[in-house]
Amino acid sequence: MLVSRRARAAAAAAVSLALLTSACGGGDSGDDDGQITLTMGLYGTFGYEEAGLYEEYMDLHPEITIEQSVVAQSGPYYQALQTRLAAGSGMADVQGLEIGFVSDVVENHADAFVDFAAEDDAADLESTFYDWKWDQASTTDGRTIGLGTDAGPQAMCYRQDLFAEAGLPTDPAAVSALWPTWDDYLATGEQYLASPTRQDGSAFVDSPNSVFAPAVRQGEVTYADEDGNPVVEDSDGVQTAWGLASQAAGDGLTAELAQFGDEWNAAFANGAFATIACPSWMLDYITSQLGDEGAGLWNIATLPGQSEAGSTWGGSWLGVPSSGEHVEEAKQLVEWLTAPEQQVKMFVASGFFPSSSVAAESPEVTGATSEYFSGAPIGEIFGTAADAVRRTPISPYDTQIQDAFSQALTTVADGSRSPDQAYDDALAAIEQVTG
Amino acid sequence: MTIADNLPRTLPVRTAPAVTDPPSAVRPPRRRGPSLSRNRWGYAYVAPFFLVFGAFSLFPFLFTAWVSLHDARLSDISGGTFVGLDNYVALLGNDFFWNALRNTITIGLLATVPQLGLALGLAHLLHYKLRGRTFFRTVMLMPYATSIAAATLVFATLFGRDYGIINTGLEAVGLDRVDWESGTLSSQVAIAVIVTWRWTGYNALIYLAAMQSIPGELYEAAEMDGANRWRQFVHITIPSLRPTILFTVVVSTIGAVQLFGEPLLFGGNGSTTGGGRNQYQTLGLLMYQQGWTNFNIGQAATTAWAMFLIILLVVGTAFLVGRSRTRREGARR
Repeated sequence: MLVSRRARAAAAAAVSLALLTSACGGGDSGDDDGQITLTMGLYGTFGYEEAGLYEEYMDLHPEITIEQSVVAQSGPYYQALQTRLAAGSGMADVQGLEIGFVSDVVENHADAFVDFAAEDDAADLESTFYDWKWDQASTTDGRTIGLGTDAGPQAMCYRQDLFAEAGLPTDPAAVSALWPTWDDYLATGEQYLASPTRQDGSAFVDSPNSVFAPAVRQGEVTYADEDGNPVVEDSDGVQTAWGLASQAAGDGLTAELAQFGDEWNAAFANGAFATIACPSWMLDYITSQLGDEGAGLWNIATLPGQSEAGSTWGGSWLGVPSSGEHVEEAKQLVEWLTAPEQQVKMFVASGFFPSSSVAAESPEVTGATSEYFSGAPIGEIFGTAADAVRRTPISPYDTQIQDAFSQALTTVADGSRSPDQAYDDALAAIEQVTG
Repeated sequence: MTIADNLPRTLPVRTAPAVTDPPSAVRPPRRRGPSLSRNRWGYAYVAPFFLVFGAFSLFPFLFTAWVSLHDARLSDISGGTFVGLDNYVALLGNDFFWNALRNTITIGLLATVPQLGLALGLAHLLHYKLRGRTFFRTVMLMPYATSIAAATLVFATLFGRDYGIINTGLEAVGLDRVDWESGTLSSQVAIAVIVTWRWTGYNALIYLAAMQSIPGELYEAAEMDGANRWRQFVHITIPSLRPTILFTVVVSTIGAVQLFGEPLLFGGNGSTTGGGRNQYQTLGLLMYQQGWTNFNIGQAATTAWAMFLIILLVVGTAFLVGRSRTRREGARR
């Protein structure tokens, strides 16, 4: 009796320990039959699965199985990736890298990723991408930690119906001619605001960030110097963009909305603003916010100031952690997924603008138009914008710095801060990040 | 059996003497050796708990203290350079910390005071014999069972500036719209409303459980002396509930210091700043911003420890207050 009770007790303890330890065990990829499973760690919507690219690749390479795990937002994704980088394990065979943190990875964790610049065909690879795209994922000593997927060249979207009501032109060429520079854009905004026939309660632009975010990347310098060190007060991009955006906010041109907030989402459907800065991926966002009812409402004009320099917002890369089990296979997959042919397919399927200049010049891209956006020649618009993009260095803190400015701008827009106070607020917040 | 009937056992309510020690005569003689071997399996049984506790509570607690002494980034937590108490000095000189502390205190007061007052009143009402009493008691706990995220997202929509139902209501009765999110007081009130909504029922049930253990004779005697319901509430219920009230004050205060989910989600766009001017950034949110937005995990660990010390201070004060009261009462008897 005593023995059996002891045995039972021992068994119970063993089971609880086993339960504890099994939770910490890792998965295995089961290569017994020569099959290789490649894992993709991604965020947001890369859209490869939806576009059928995984299936196509697995048909081409029957020994490969591709599995992806997707985190909805890039912020939490990067938090998790950082803890895995700190631990040196737990990464997928391929990891997505976003513009918001690619520079942090380039600067601090380049060794954890395969160097594509050391490949035999590196020169060929490099030549297919926009130079700025390749550079953003490269260290100062020439290591390249990822290959570009999409890019976010920017244009200016506008509501044709609201423009017509306010007595402004609606034809894209005529609208683009309204604002060769950002000052002209703000002047158009004043005109819109003053129009007696303007739709009640509608603002000219959604948020001061629609001015700041594009304009800041049109400068010689954005947030970082050549070595990737943050420079904010000495940046011509910041100074110009802040002046323009705080003017727009202070003059009441904006709908006082924080971008990507709930009220902002609701405002799309309510026609609360007439213009919004449009990185190529914003088209998809607008379409999903408005649904079929929004078809034909919007059109696309050139970004103000583009004759000086174009601007990008967003975009991603695919990197291969060098600690992975199937580094060679993963590299091949990444090279295939980011090759011009596939980038064209992604643009046709989901509207992700190529980061490959070769893909952007293919007739399927240059000739593309969007029915939803009133037949706008999106291939040509974003292609021209991408060609005009300036190669400016990025810093590991770009995301936080830009957030600090856009937060400060909302306080100018709602009148709780003067532009000068708000600027000091932003600098104090940035000091917390970089200092 | 209602939920309320289940509660008293775990609560610091004056209960029957069942909790007192058994008479010492029954206690087995203390001899170390044999009792240890007899209890060997007892240790094995409790070991899993202590392993989990060590892995997920004790270790992170100590590790956080260690990280707070380093200049560390999130992606290189254990590789930071040792800076001693620099992070603590920096925290004390940091405007964002004092702002967050101030916000935490004001939101805490705005949330805790009405919450406990309401809870006391509700408990008093539910203490009467009502038709459907069990139903009301269960309903009161529903907000507590709702996830913070779900509740906050709904409230954030209600408090929306342009399309929120509260502003629509204000306008309907001829008042001005309020930009809830961007104002300092308005945003803090809105967050306090969410907290109050969620916790009032929980506290009411705790009070109710305690009220049920107050002897009925006290009320009968008071009634014979001609005391009305209100005087009974003030002179019998409240004094009898004092230890329970102290307990709920402590628990609510701890909750208030740790307030995080509501201010994070209230902004609606995932920002960790707590508003454009940090007008509703709490200590918990500041810590999260430092660690997971700015990736300065050393500074975040410091803030975490500062929060812990603040909670210790609060609990210590409450303990002293409680003890001095008991002493005074003991002296009076």
